[in-house]
Amino acid sequence: MRNIRAAAAATLAISIAAGVTGCGGGSDSGGGSNESPKTLTYWASNQGPSVEADKKILTPELKKFEEQTGIKVKLEVVPWSDLLNRILAATTSGQGPDVLNIGNTWSASLQASGALLPWDTKNFDAIGGRDRFVESAVASAGAEGQDPAAVPLYSLAYALYYNKKMFADAGIATPPKTWDELVADGKKLSKDGKWGLGAEGGNLSNNIHQVFVLGKQHGADFFDSSGKPTFTSDGAVAAVKQYVDFMANDKIIAPGNAEYAQNQSLTDFAKGRTGMVLWQAAATTFAAQGMTPDDWGVAPVPVPSGAPGQDKQTNSMVAGINIAVFKNTKNIDGAKKFVKFMTSDEEQKLLNKTYGAIPPVKAAQQDAAFGVNDLAVLRDTLSTSAAPLPQVPNESQFETAVGTAVKDLWADAAAGKPVTTETVKAALEKAQQTMGQ
Amino acid sequence: MTSTVTADPRVGKSDSGGGRGTGGARRRLPRIPDRIRNGGLPYLLLLPAVLLELLVHLIPMIVGIVMSFRQLTQFFISNWGNAPWTGLDNYSIAVDFDAPIGEALLHSFFVTCVFTFFAVGLSWLFGVAAAIMLQESFKGRGVLRAIFLVPYALPVYAAVITWAFMFQRDNGLVNHVLHDQLGLTDQPSFWLIGDNSFYALLIVSVWKGWPFALLILMAGLQNIPRELYEAASIDGAGIWQQIRKITLPSLRPVNQVLVLVLFLWTFNDFNTPFVLFGRAAPKNADLISLHIYQSSFVTWNFGTGSAMSVLLLLFLLLVTAVYLLVTSRKKKGSGV
Repeated sequence: MRNIRAAAAATLAISIAAGVTGCGGGSDSGGGSNESPKTLTYWASNQGPSVEADKKILTPELKKFEEQTGIKVKLEVVPWSDLLNRILAATTSGQGPDVLNIGNTWSASLQASGALLPWDTKNFDAIGGRDRFVESAVASAGAEGQDPAAVPLYSLAYALYYNKKMFADAGIATPPKTWDELVADGKKLSKDGKWGLGAEGGNLSNNIHQVFVLGKQHGADFFDSSGKPTFTSDGAVAAVKQYVDFMANDKIIAPGNAEYAQNQSLTDFAKGRTGMVLWQAAATTFAAQGMTPDDWGVAPVPVPSGAPGQDKQTNSMVAGINIAVFKNTKNIDGAKKFVKFMTSDEEQKLLNKTYGAIPPVKAAQQDAAFGVNDLAVLRDTLSTSAAPLPQVPNESQFETAVGTAVKDLWADAAAGKPVTTETVKAALEKAQQTMGQ
Repeated sequence: MTSTVTADPRVGKSDSGGGRGTGGARRRLPRIPDRIRNGGLPYLLLLPAVLLELLVHLIPMIVGIVMSFRQLTQFFISNWGNAPWTGLDNYSIAVDFDAPIGEALLHSFFVTCVFTFFAVGLSWLFGVAAAIMLQESFKGRGVLRAIFLVPYALPVYAAVITWAFMFQRDNGLVNHVLHDQLGLTDQPSFWLIGDNSFYALLIVSVWKGWPFALLILMAGLQNIPRELYEAASIDGAGIWQQIRKITLPSLRPVNQVLVLVLFLWTFNDFNTPFVLFGRAAPKNADLISLHIYQSSFVTWNFGTGSAMSVLLLLFLLLVTAVYLLVTSRKKKGSGV
């Protein structure tokens, strides 16, 4: 009896540990086939205010595609926080969708996995040619010198959104153009339970986007030209410190923002608790939270001095969503047709308008709708003063390592612990060492 | 299925009774020697379970072990059979405690040990207390029992995400009660980041784990003869003495399994920290399973992650073996 019990316990131990150990299966991916030409599965990233809203927006378009081609598209909207894990699991198991959205900062990492269909000239020709797209958008869809791993779908950049009423109440006439002005304005706004600026301290990607831009402004990048991490350069340290100091030193960000990771800073903004947020295309979310377009204004993200431009005057990363095809799809022709449909001039205008993004398709970008309000700012930023995040295969590791370091520094700042150049450097040093192994 | 036919006791009987079978199949059956048929039956019955166990657990585990000897990164994940062999490199990275990856793993291991000790201890304590309390019949016992079991019945994700909302600093219920209503803290505390994250995780884990202890212990208590308590109380033993001398010793075999299961579940718990904190847990609450997940899935280094998993597996096997050895010796000594 005892032996049986021991054996049972040992089996249990093995089973539980196996749950941690087992990492799924693998598959050979030698290119897609056309075994199921009448169906496609599409993982759309969550672009709108909610998964439900996205379904509502995309379903009629997918119907349109079905009417045109007879191909039925099964849609799944994947929340942003789950998307990379889902793609990774699909890559490992070989059991993924046919077509999917990817964040363009992941392009080089996913490209290295070899799971995505490379967009060579032939494939690009099947969707109307590479030169239909804005070149900077295509450049952020994979490493330099290789065929892109995806096709740009929605392009985005960061802008400074501000609450007009709060600005007027605080006697601020124009939005800040430099960081000094932003801090000064932020201090005027931070009183009576209200705060100057919002942040998403628990969101690793958002942390990376912000410190990358500040790094550029300090003349630093997080990787050198050979792709080696340089997280502890003076400029990188100064960038991270400047960002966390908005809370730790300047006190224009509410301490509670340190744990935000679900876009709570946008809710705070919509409820009039925060005066400014740095965000990509927030219009639809603000509308969903009850704001009218008159309530908020939009301006380019501040720079150290002068006007936004290249290099030290960079004020946004090239953000955006790309559409990719899993190499082992069972409907390669249909998948390409679907990408062609989604990147057609008409769909580009419609979807980018709906999501408040900028079309990466040149012809669609000319539509008048993209020349007004926040979209005009986003479009100008994209064309003149945005830089792509480092397109290195270990970009995802970089996001995790540095993003977590910044998250921990936010936690320190929120708890009132000192954030000094030394503590920032130590945190980044550790992050860099994990990259080396 | 052939196995079912072979295992049918009636078939055996009719065969040994003189072979009056009519069909060809029946006539062939007696050729299987009784020795095998009788000896093999339990194994045949176990076969589906063994196959499933192989498929669901053992094969992935072996795959995981193989992965731990390979350099499995983003360059090879879609075709991981071709990842280059690296021998013990992944293991040396995992146990190099002077370098950040090893240091972080060791830190996470210690956090998990302390966390498991308190989580299992408290879950067990609450389980025992509630089980003893519910043993006596009183009005509302059934309702109370049902309420106590709710955390165990709820889907983990829904339960933990609710806790995550409650622990939010500015809008959460926990701070609302502690700070706004009771005034116990000077300012609202952080629960999901920083030092308190350990306590947040512990609270959720105990809340989730103790009903299981209660369930098992309630079943265990049913088996203790009432006469023992009656005799003890006639002899003048108080409630504490009864618990110490009768209840706890009688529950020993139950506790032995319960503590082991709670230990393994808690040590390997992934859902709770993942839902509570997301993919990067705060340092104080960096449980090893989430840490390994991060090493494998988030930083795309499956080789090192697998090596860490194998080390964890060895550790858990070792602890389980020692535990079983010690507890079975005690049992022999005590003569229970």
